[in-house]
Amino acid sequence: MATETKWTFDEEYVKDFSKRRGEPEWLMEERLTAIRLADKLELPKPEKTNIKTWNFTEFKHETENSGMVNQVEELPEDVQRLIDSSGGEQNLIVFRDGKPLYRSVHERLQQQGVVFVDIETAAKEHSELLKQYFMGKAVKVDEHRLNALHVALLNGGVFVYVPKNVQVEAPLQTVYLQEDPEAALFNHVIIAAEDNSQLTYLENYISSEKEKGSVANIVSEVYAGQGAKVSYGGVDHFEKGITTYVSRRGYVEKDGRIEWALGQMNEGNTVSDNTTVLYGDGSSADAKSVTIGRGEQSQNFVTHINHYGKHSDGQILTHGVMKDKASSIFNGVSKIEKGASKSNGEQTERVLMLSERARGDANPILLIDEDDVTAGHAASVGRIDPMQMFYLMSRGLSETEAQRLIIHGFLAPVVNQLPIKAVKERLTEVIERKVY
Amino acid sequence: MAVSTLKIENLHVEIDGSEIIKDFNLEIKGGEIHAIMGPNGTGKSTLASAIMGHPRYDITKGNVWLDGENVLEMDVDERAKAGLFLAMQYPSEISGVTNSDFMRSAINAKREEGNEISLMKFIRKMDAKMDALEMDQSFSQRYLNEGFSGGEKKRNEILQLLMLEPKFAILDEIDSGLDIDALKVVSNGVNDMRSPDFGCLIITHYQRLLNYITPDKVHVMMQGRIVKSGGAELAQRLEEEGYDWIKEELGIENEKVGEKEQEA
Ligand SMILES: Nc1ncnc2c1ncn2[C@@H]1O[C@H](COP(=O)(O)OP(=O)(O)O)[C@@H](O)[C@H]1O
Ligand SMILES: [Mg+2]
Repeated sequence: MATETKWTFDEEYVKDFSKRRGEPEWLMEERLTAIRLADKLELPKPEKTNIKTWNFTEFKHETENSGMVNQVEELPEDVQRLIDSSGGEQNLIVFRDGKPLYRSVHERLQQQGVVFVDIETAAKEHSELLKQYFMGKAVKVDEHRLNALHVALLNGGVFVYVPKNVQVEAPLQTVYLQEDPEAALFNHVIIAAEDNSQLTYLENYISSEKEKGSVANIVSEVYAGQGAKVSYGGVDHFEKGITTYVSRRGYVEKDGRIEWALGQMNEGNTVSDNTTVLYGDGSSADAKSVTIGRGEQSQNFVTHINHYGKHSDGQILTHGVMKDKASSIFNGVSKIEKGASKSNGEQTERVLMLSERARGDANPILLIDEDDVTAGHAASVGRIDPMQMFYLMSRGLSETEAQRLIIHGFLAPVVNQLPIKAVKERLTEVIERKVY
Repeated sequence: MAVSTLKIENLHVEIDGSEIIKDFNLEIKGGEIHAIMGPNGTGKSTLASAIMGHPRYDITKGNVWLDGENVLEMDVDERAKAGLFLAMQYPSEISGVTNSDFMRSAINAKREEGNEISLMKFIRKMDAKMDALEMDQSFSQRYLNEGFSGGEKKRNEILQLLMLEPKFAILDEIDSGLDIDALKVVSNGVNDMRSPDFGCLIITHYQRLLNYITPDKVHVMMQGRIVKSGGAELAQRLEEEGYDWIKEELGIENEKVGEKEQEA
């Protein structure tokens, strides 16, 4: 029973909310501009997926702050299972309903000048630095209504800043747990890697409640400076009741690189946008994502790499498994602008259909305005190859086991790239549970 | 323990409605190595695939018995568990699945639950077999057949044979694409399997493999059936004289199946 009347988020509310969080003036202004825009702008229009009836407005925005815990052992079981207990260097922030719940960051990071804090703290303690990147070159508040709402109602997230020439060896890990079934998450992630720096970031989104309705509205901005390298891993696993809009954006300067490895395992309806702008000459991006659709879930995935720099290289790989009556649209877009000579854009989109009633639609799109480039794409939608099944079963594997191996192999490009063993193992478990 | 037997009786196989194998009969006992030779297109791979249960082939008549059990009533994986193995002419590539994970699943599939091979034991066995086949250790972590050269795929088929230790193996053109050194290595692998507990059917259209693996019996296949059988010396004669003398002797004009044939 979606009702329009419950909508209470206006300028006054937003102003109050910002004040209560003790935000700097500029951020409050951003929010106010955004809430005004939200009234005027329309929802995004993902190709071939109608999201007009999806719930983006029905949710609880604020929850009680129940404070932090001091030890991993006090964290909810589902969160603990995502944390490596090997005793290596740990850089971890856990959030519950948008608020920091646990933080463990190695002192070396501070010595190196690295910032790794929740966004609320960043707004207070690193206001100028945050302002420099917030809603920067990679994403605009007025793209559509969901971005405007995102800025206006932002209630969680993390800020990562790595200074010039600094290499962060151990991965920076975040876990965003939605525990309150009605709580909405407006999560904002900023990763700013200055020239010639290097880091690996890995995030998990999880939720406990399965049925009640709420919203996740997520925006990530990743900035790779000249020669900087960012590896960004993400595993989304919101339960069925949560409608997700997630936009992960990257902007890469000369000779910089961003690698995305996204395991998109939400159970509910999802719109996902992963866009990387290859701005500088010699910049590159590798965008891998895998998903499993099941039940009656509808999902829309766009992976976009936009080449401006000469000699830029963009690789897109999307693998989807579709079962039951799930429906997914996969759009890969390699856009090479005039002047981006000697660039290369390649994409592969593959969809494995496990059910007659599922729908999977793979659309590789090359938009090329420059002559001197190379580009290619491969796309397929189909069932598991019977020859592969015959081969594996001829070695004694049961039909189920053979199928299992093929599906895990199909999703391996992302699983293998995640830098934390516990997260890898949990993702493998999620895949297992979803397929069987 | 009694010696195992694989018995193929009056087998007829069709693909897309046309009959490829007609009245094929053969019995192999544990300890024996048989070779089937024949020009291209005479139904050798069809025979091998049909025995293993390839989904595209219809068996319209006949039986295949493994120690008195009817193989044709089994699912593909049950055939493997009963002790059959097929080294395929064109093995599939499976991305994202490492050779080692696959091999361990295959070994464990044959074992009872709770009696899985220990990781240590598995690694030791795989290392030893890979050494024997002169395969680089990196193969265990490569994805199953993905990007393997023709020769590497053949070696990998034999590696699986050595790991799984079936009762009966059918080796379909295991020699094609191998240089002489690789041929020797692969042959040694097969020879190491020789024992009263292992029977083997080697399919080839060259005699050279049989220089290294001496067969007990040699059969010539044409038009989807065995047209002549003999000992190792038959392979020798085929090497020297080709197949024409057999065609002449039997009055066969076109040895291939599915094309213009001599009606008996
Ligand atoms: N997949 C197939 N589709 C159609 N015809 C086939 C197929 N496989 C085999 N055949 C037919 O069966 C004949 C025998 O093929 P095959 O068993 O591969 O011969 P061999 O292994 O002796 O070279 C071929 O000449 C062809 O006419
Ligand atoms: Mg053949």
